Amino acid sequence: MANVGIVIVSHSPKVAEGAADMVRQMVGQEVPLAWTGGDPSGGLGTSLEAITDAIHRAWSEAGVALLVDLGGAETNSEMAIEMLAEEKRGRVVVCNAPIIEGAVIAATEASGGATLATVRRTAEELSP
Amino acid sequence: MAIAQDGMTRSSAAFLPLDADRKRRLIVAIANSVISHVDELTTLDAAIGDGDHGHNMKRGFDAALQDLDALSAMDLPDLLKAIGTKLVMKVGGASGPLYGTLFLALGKALPPEPSRSDAAAAFASAIAAVRARGKSNAGQKTMLDVLIPSCEAFSSGSDLAAVKKTAALSAEATASMRATRGRASFLGERSIGHVDPGAKSSSLMIAALCDLLRDA
Repeated sequence: MANVGIVIVSHSPKVAEGAADMVRQMVGQEVPLAWTGGDPSGGLGTSLEAITDAIHRAWSEAGVALLVDLGGAETNSEMAIEMLAEEKRGRVVVCNAPIIEGAVIAATEASGGATLATVRRTAEELSP
Repeated sequence: MAIAQDGMTRSSAAFLPLDADRKRRLIVAIANSVISHVDELTTLDAAIGDGDHGHNMKRGFDAALQDLDALSAMDLPDLLKAIGTKLVMKVGGASGPLYGTLFLALGKALPPEPSRSDAAAAFASAIAAVRARGKSNAGQKTMLDVLIPSCEAFSSGSDLAAVKKTAALSAEATASMRATRGRASFLGERSIGHVDPGAKSSSLMIAALCDLLRDA
Protein backbone atom coordinates (compact mmCIF):
# COMPACT_ATOMS: atom_id res chain seq x y z
CA MET A 1 0.00 0.00 0.00
CA ALA A 2 1.15 3.53 -0.76
CA ASN A 3 2.48 5.75 2.00
CA VAL A 4 0.25 8.29 3.72
CA GLY A 5 0.31 11.70 2.01
CA ILE A 6 1.15 14.97 3.76
CA VAL A 7 -0.40 18.38 3.12
CA ILE A 8 0.97 21.59 4.63
CA VAL A 9 -1.50 24.49 5.01
CA SER A 10 -0.11 27.84 6.13
CA HIS A 11 -1.43 31.38 5.92
CA SER A 12 1.88 32.17 4.24
CA PRO A 13 2.91 30.46 0.98
CA LYS A 14 6.54 31.04 1.98
CA VAL A 15 6.08 29.16 5.25
CA ALA A 16 4.21 26.33 3.51
CA GLU A 17 6.80 25.98 0.77
CA GLY A 18 9.67 26.18 3.24
CA ALA A 19 8.11 23.53 5.46
CA ALA A 20 7.64 21.33 2.38
CA ASP A 21 11.33 21.80 1.51
CA MET A 22 12.24 20.57 5.00
CA VAL A 23 9.98 17.55 4.58
CA ARG A 24 11.51 16.69 1.20
CA GLN A 25 15.00 16.93 2.68
CA MET A 26 13.97 14.28 5.21
CA VAL A 27 11.92 11.87 3.10
CA GLY A 28 12.75 12.65 -0.53
CA GLN A 29 10.03 11.43 -2.88
CA GLU A 30 8.81 8.57 -0.69
CA VAL A 31 5.77 10.46 0.57
CA PRO A 32 3.12 12.25 -1.51
CA LEU A 33 3.45 15.89 -0.45
CA ALA A 34 1.62 19.10 -1.28
CA TRP A 35 1.55 22.56 0.25
CA THR A 36 -0.70 25.57 0.01
CA GLY A 37 -0.71 29.07 1.46
CA GLY A 38 -2.45 32.36 0.81
CA ASP A 39 -6.05 33.52 0.62
CA PRO A 40 -8.06 33.59 -2.63
CA SER A 41 -6.59 37.03 -3.45
CA GLY A 42 -3.03 35.98 -2.75
CA GLY A 43 -2.74 37.70 0.65
CA LEU A 44 -1.94 35.98 3.92
CA GLY A 45 -4.69 33.48 4.66
CA THR A 46 -5.96 30.19 3.33
CA SER A 47 -8.24 29.10 0.52
CA LEU A 48 -10.62 26.17 0.76
CA GLU A 49 -10.30 25.56 -2.96
CA ALA A 50 -6.51 25.51 -2.79
CA ILE A 51 -6.58 23.18 0.23
CA THR A 52 -8.91 20.80 -1.61
CA ASP A 53 -6.56 20.85 -4.59
CA ALA A 54 -3.56 20.14 -2.34
CA ILE A 55 -5.35 17.15 -0.78
CA HIS A 56 -5.91 15.74 -4.25
CA ARG A 57 -2.28 16.32 -5.25
CA ALA A 58 -1.01 14.49 -2.16
CA TRP A 59 -3.70 11.82 -2.40
CA SER A 60 -2.82 8.34 -1.25
CA GLU A 61 -5.04 5.32 -0.78
CA ALA A 62 -3.53 5.15 2.71
CA GLY A 63 -4.92 8.61 3.47
CA VAL A 64 -3.67 12.15 3.87
CA ALA A 65 -2.53 13.99 7.01
CA LEU A 66 -2.84 17.80 7.10
CA LEU A 67 -0.56 20.04 9.11
CA VAL A 68 -1.94 23.56 9.57
CA ASP A 69 -0.87 26.76 11.29
CA LEU A 70 -3.51 29.13 12.73
CA GLY A 71 -7.31 29.43 13.10
CA GLY A 72 -8.57 29.82 9.55
CA ALA A 73 -6.10 27.24 8.22
CA GLU A 74 -7.65 24.67 10.54
CA THR A 75 -11.26 25.73 9.97
CA ASN A 76 -10.86 25.89 6.20
CA SER A 77 -9.09 22.51 6.21
CA GLU A 78 -11.86 20.87 8.23
CA MET A 79 -14.45 22.28 5.88
CA ALA A 80 -12.46 21.13 2.82
CA ILE A 81 -12.38 17.60 4.24
CA GLU A 82 -16.13 17.59 4.84
CA MET A 83 -16.72 18.66 1.26
CA LEU A 84 -14.63 15.79 -0.21
CA ALA A 85 -16.32 12.84 -1.87
CA GLU A 86 -17.59 10.41 0.73
CA GLU A 87 -15.10 7.66 -0.11
CA LYS A 88 -12.19 10.03 0.53
CA ARG A 89 -13.53 12.02 3.47
CA GLY A 90 -12.79 9.38 6.11
CA ARG A 91 -9.17 9.09 5.06
CA VAL A 92 -8.09 12.71 5.57
CA VAL A 93 -7.27 14.17 8.98
CA VAL A 94 -6.03 17.45 10.45
CA CYS A 95 -3.21 16.81 12.93
CA ASN A 96 -3.22 18.91 16.09
CA ALA A 97 0.51 19.58 15.92
CA PRO A 98 2.95 22.41 15.22
CA ILE A 99 3.04 22.88 11.47
CA ILE A 100 6.73 22.48 10.68
CA GLU A 101 7.82 19.95 13.28
CA GLY A 102 4.55 18.12 12.75
CA ALA A 103 4.99 17.94 8.98
CA VAL A 104 8.56 16.65 9.24
CA ILE A 105 7.80 14.00 11.86
CA ALA A 106 4.52 12.95 10.21
CA ALA A 107 6.25 12.54 6.84
CA THR A 108 9.09 10.60 8.43
CA GLU A 109 6.58 8.26 10.05
CA ALA A 110 4.65 8.00 6.77
CA SER A 111 7.80 7.15 4.82
CA GLY A 112 8.13 3.99 6.90
CA GLY A 113 4.69 2.83 5.80
CA ALA A 114 2.80 3.74 8.98
CA THR A 115 -0.98 3.96 8.92
CA LEU A 116 -2.79 7.30 8.91
CA ALA A 117 -3.72 6.85 12.58
CA THR A 118 -0.09 6.27 13.53
CA VAL A 119 1.15 9.19 11.45
CA ARG A 120 -1.37 11.44 13.15
CA ARG A 121 -0.62 10.17 16.64
CA THR A 122 3.11 10.64 16.15
CA ALA A 123 2.64 14.23 14.99
CA GLU A 124 0.20 14.97 17.81
CA GLU A 125 2.67 13.71 20.45
CA LEU A 126 4.48 17.00 19.77
CA SER A 127 1.53 18.90 21.27
CA PRO A 128 1.32 18.75 25.06
CA MET B 1 -48.32 36.57 -0.32
CA ALA B 2 -49.07 37.01 3.35
CA ILE B 3 -46.34 38.79 5.25
CA ALA B 4 -46.38 38.42 8.99
CA GLN B 5 -46.50 41.51 11.14
CA ASP B 6 -43.71 42.20 13.55
CA GLY B 7 -44.28 40.00 16.55
CA MET B 8 -45.71 36.57 16.95
CA THR B 9 -49.28 37.34 16.01
CA ARG B 10 -49.20 35.51 12.70
CA SER B 11 -46.44 33.02 13.23
CA SER B 12 -47.85 30.54 10.75
CA ALA B 13 -47.77 33.05 7.89
CA ALA B 14 -44.76 33.48 5.63
CA PHE B 15 -42.33 35.68 7.52
CA LEU B 16 -39.65 36.50 4.99
CA PRO B 17 -40.58 38.49 1.89
CA LEU B 18 -39.72 36.29 -1.00
CA ASP B 19 -40.36 37.60 -4.48
CA ALA B 20 -37.27 38.07 -6.63
CA ASP B 21 -37.11 41.79 -5.97
CA ARG B 22 -37.19 41.33 -2.21
CA LYS B 23 -34.64 38.55 -2.36
CA ARG B 24 -32.41 40.89 -4.33
CA ARG B 25 -32.87 43.65 -1.74
CA LEU B 26 -32.14 41.17 1.04
CA ILE B 27 -28.85 40.10 -0.52
CA VAL B 28 -27.81 43.68 -1.30
CA ALA B 29 -28.71 44.90 2.19
CA ILE B 30 -26.74 42.19 3.96
CA ALA B 31 -23.77 42.45 1.61
CA ASN B 32 -23.65 46.24 1.87
CA SER B 33 -23.96 46.17 5.65
CA VAL B 34 -20.53 44.52 5.66
CA ILE B 35 -19.02 46.22 2.61
CA SER B 36 -19.90 49.73 3.83
CA HIS B 37 -18.13 49.00 7.14
CA VAL B 38 -15.05 47.35 5.70
CA ASP B 39 -12.64 49.88 7.20
CA GLU B 40 -14.25 49.78 10.64
CA LEU B 41 -14.17 45.96 10.68
CA THR B 42 -10.57 45.96 9.57
CA THR B 43 -9.63 48.47 12.26
CA LEU B 44 -11.33 46.36 14.94
CA ASP B 45 -9.52 43.27 13.68
CA ALA B 46 -6.19 45.09 13.51
CA ALA B 47 -6.54 45.86 17.24
CA ILE B 48 -6.92 42.24 18.39
CA GLY B 49 -6.39 40.04 15.36
CA ASP B 50 -4.72 39.97 11.98
CA GLY B 51 -6.54 42.96 10.50
CA ASP B 52 -8.12 41.23 7.54
CA HIS B 53 -11.72 40.66 8.64
CA GLY B 54 -13.23 43.59 6.72
CA HIS B 55 -11.45 42.87 3.46
CA ASN B 56 -12.01 39.12 3.73
CA MET B 57 -15.75 39.53 4.26
CA LYS B 58 -15.95 42.11 1.49
CA ARG B 59 -14.35 39.64 -0.93
CA GLY B 60 -17.02 37.09 -0.06
CA PHE B 61 -19.96 39.45 -0.39
CA ASP B 62 -18.56 41.06 -3.55
CA ALA B 63 -18.71 37.58 -5.06
CA ALA B 64 -22.35 37.28 -3.98
CA LEU B 65 -23.21 40.67 -5.50
CA GLN B 66 -21.61 39.65 -8.78
CA ASP B 67 -24.12 36.82 -8.97
CA LEU B 68 -27.08 38.87 -7.82
CA ASP B 69 -29.37 38.01 -10.74
CA ALA B 70 -28.83 34.27 -10.43
CA LEU B 71 -29.10 34.35 -6.63
CA SER B 72 -32.33 36.37 -6.67
CA ALA B 73 -33.91 33.80 -8.97
CA MET B 74 -33.25 30.94 -6.52
CA ASP B 75 -35.63 29.89 -3.79
CA LEU B 76 -34.60 30.97 -0.30
CA PRO B 77 -32.85 27.75 0.80
CA ASP B 78 -30.78 27.52 -2.39
CA LEU B 79 -29.97 31.22 -2.26
CA LEU B 80 -28.65 30.96 1.29
CA LYS B 81 -26.64 27.84 0.48
CA ALA B 82 -25.16 29.55 -2.59
CA ILE B 83 -24.11 32.58 -0.52
CA GLY B 84 -22.68 30.25 2.13
CA THR B 85 -20.62 28.45 -0.49
CA LYS B 86 -19.30 31.75 -1.85
CA LEU B 87 -18.25 32.88 1.64
CA VAL B 88 -16.52 29.56 2.25
CA MET B 89 -14.67 29.73 -1.05
CA LYS B 90 -13.81 33.42 -1.18
CA VAL B 91 -13.29 34.83 2.31
CA GLY B 92 -10.01 33.11 3.10
CA GLY B 93 -9.94 33.63 6.86
CA ALA B 94 -11.65 31.69 9.64
CA SER B 95 -14.71 33.87 9.09
CA GLY B 96 -15.25 32.22 5.69
CA PRO B 97 -16.05 28.76 7.03
CA LEU B 98 -17.84 30.26 10.05
CA TYR B 99 -20.16 32.60 8.15
CA GLY B 100 -20.34 30.10 5.31
CA THR B 101 -21.55 27.48 7.76
CA LEU B 102 -24.10 29.94 9.15
CA PHE B 103 -25.61 30.58 5.71
CA LEU B 104 -25.37 26.94 4.61
CA ALA B 105 -27.11 25.78 7.77
CA LEU B 106 -29.83 28.43 7.40
CA GLY B 107 -30.37 27.22 3.84
CA LYS B 108 -30.66 23.63 5.02
CA ALA B 109 -33.06 24.44 7.84
CA LEU B 110 -35.40 26.98 6.23
CA PRO B 111 -38.34 26.03 4.03
CA PRO B 112 -38.81 28.16 0.87
CA GLU B 113 -41.48 30.31 2.57
CA PRO B 114 -40.70 30.22 6.27
CA SER B 115 -42.97 31.33 9.07
CA ARG B 116 -41.50 33.33 11.92
CA SER B 117 -41.21 30.17 14.01
CA ASP B 118 -39.46 28.41 11.09
CA ALA B 119 -37.03 31.32 10.96
CA ALA B 120 -36.38 31.13 14.71
CA ALA B 121 -35.77 27.38 14.57
CA ALA B 122 -33.44 27.75 11.58
CA PHE B 123 -31.51 30.55 13.29
CA ALA B 124 -30.99 28.31 16.33
CA SER B 125 -29.84 25.34 14.28
CA ALA B 126 -27.48 27.54 12.24
CA ILE B 127 -25.95 28.83 15.48
CA ALA B 128 -25.43 25.24 16.60
CA ALA B 129 -23.60 24.58 13.33
CA VAL B 130 -21.36 27.64 13.84
CA ARG B 131 -20.61 26.52 17.40
CA ALA B 132 -19.53 23.13 16.10
CA ARG B 133 -17.49 24.58 13.25
CA GLY B 134 -15.64 27.00 15.52
CA LYS B 135 -15.51 24.63 18.52
CA SER B 136 -16.69 27.67 20.43
CA ASN B 137 -19.45 28.87 22.68
CA ALA B 138 -20.94 31.99 24.22
CA GLY B 139 -18.66 34.20 26.29
CA GLN B 140 -15.49 33.68 24.26
CA LYS B 141 -15.67 37.08 22.52
CA THR B 142 -16.81 35.86 19.11
CA MET B 143 -19.67 36.27 16.64
CA LEU B 144 -21.63 33.83 18.82
CA ASP B 145 -21.89 36.53 21.49
CA VAL B 146 -24.12 38.46 19.07
CA LEU B 147 -25.84 35.57 17.31
CA ILE B 148 -27.00 33.78 20.47
CA PRO B 149 -28.66 36.73 22.26
CA SER B 150 -30.15 37.96 18.96
CA CYS B 151 -31.64 34.55 18.31
CA GLU B 152 -33.00 34.44 21.85
CA ALA B 153 -34.62 37.85 21.39
CA PHE B 154 -36.10 36.85 18.05
CA SER B 155 -37.35 33.50 19.36
CA SER B 156 -38.98 35.08 22.39
CA GLY B 157 -41.10 37.25 20.10
CA SER B 158 -39.28 40.58 20.36
CA ASP B 159 -40.07 42.97 17.54
CA LEU B 160 -37.37 43.47 14.94
CA ALA B 161 -36.30 46.86 16.30
CA ALA B 162 -35.61 45.15 19.63
CA VAL B 163 -33.71 42.30 17.94
CA LYS B 164 -31.57 44.86 16.13
CA LYS B 165 -30.89 46.67 19.40
CA THR B 166 -30.00 43.42 21.13
CA ALA B 167 -27.51 42.66 18.35
CA ALA B 168 -25.90 46.11 18.58
CA LEU B 169 -25.66 46.06 22.39
CA SER B 170 -24.31 42.51 22.36
CA ALA B 171 -21.57 43.50 19.92
CA GLU B 172 -20.60 46.43 22.17
CA ALA B 173 -20.62 44.11 25.18
CA THR B 174 -17.86 41.97 23.64
CA ALA B 175 -15.49 44.87 24.42
CA SER B 176 -15.39 43.92 28.08
CA MET B 177 -14.81 40.23 27.34
CA ARG B 178 -11.49 38.46 27.31
CA ALA B 179 -11.05 36.44 24.11
CA THR B 180 -10.53 32.71 24.64
CA ARG B 181 -11.03 31.60 21.04
CA GLY B 182 -9.49 32.77 17.79
CA ARG B 183 -6.40 34.82 17.27
CA ALA B 184 -7.52 37.48 19.76
CA SER B 185 -7.06 34.86 22.49
CA PHE B 186 -3.28 35.16 21.97
CA LEU B 187 -3.57 38.65 23.46
CA GLY B 188 -5.10 37.39 26.70
CA GLU B 189 -5.98 40.34 28.95
CA ARG B 190 -5.03 42.78 26.22
CA SER B 191 -8.05 41.66 24.17
CA ILE B 192 -10.25 43.39 26.76
CA GLY B 193 -11.44 46.84 25.73
CA HIS B 194 -11.92 46.10 22.04
CA VAL B 195 -15.14 45.08 20.28
CA ASP B 196 -14.77 41.74 18.55
CA PRO B 197 -14.80 42.20 14.76
CA GLY B 198 -16.84 39.04 14.13
CA ALA B 199 -19.40 40.13 16.70
CA LYS B 200 -19.53 43.51 14.96
CA SER B 201 -20.03 42.05 11.47
CA SER B 202 -22.79 39.79 12.83
CA SER B 203 -24.58 42.76 14.38
CA LEU B 204 -24.30 44.72 11.13
CA MET B 205 -25.89 41.89 9.14
CA ILE B 206 -28.66 41.42 11.71
CA ALA B 207 -29.36 45.17 11.70
CA ALA B 208 -29.62 45.20 7.90
CA LEU B 209 -31.92 42.18 7.93
CA CYS B 210 -34.16 43.66 10.64
CA ASP B 211 -34.39 47.00 8.82
CA LEU B 212 -35.28 45.32 5.56
CA LEU B 213 -37.94 43.08 7.07
CA ARG B 214 -39.50 45.95 9.01
CA ASP B 215 -39.82 47.92 5.81
CA ALA B 216 -41.25 44.96 3.90
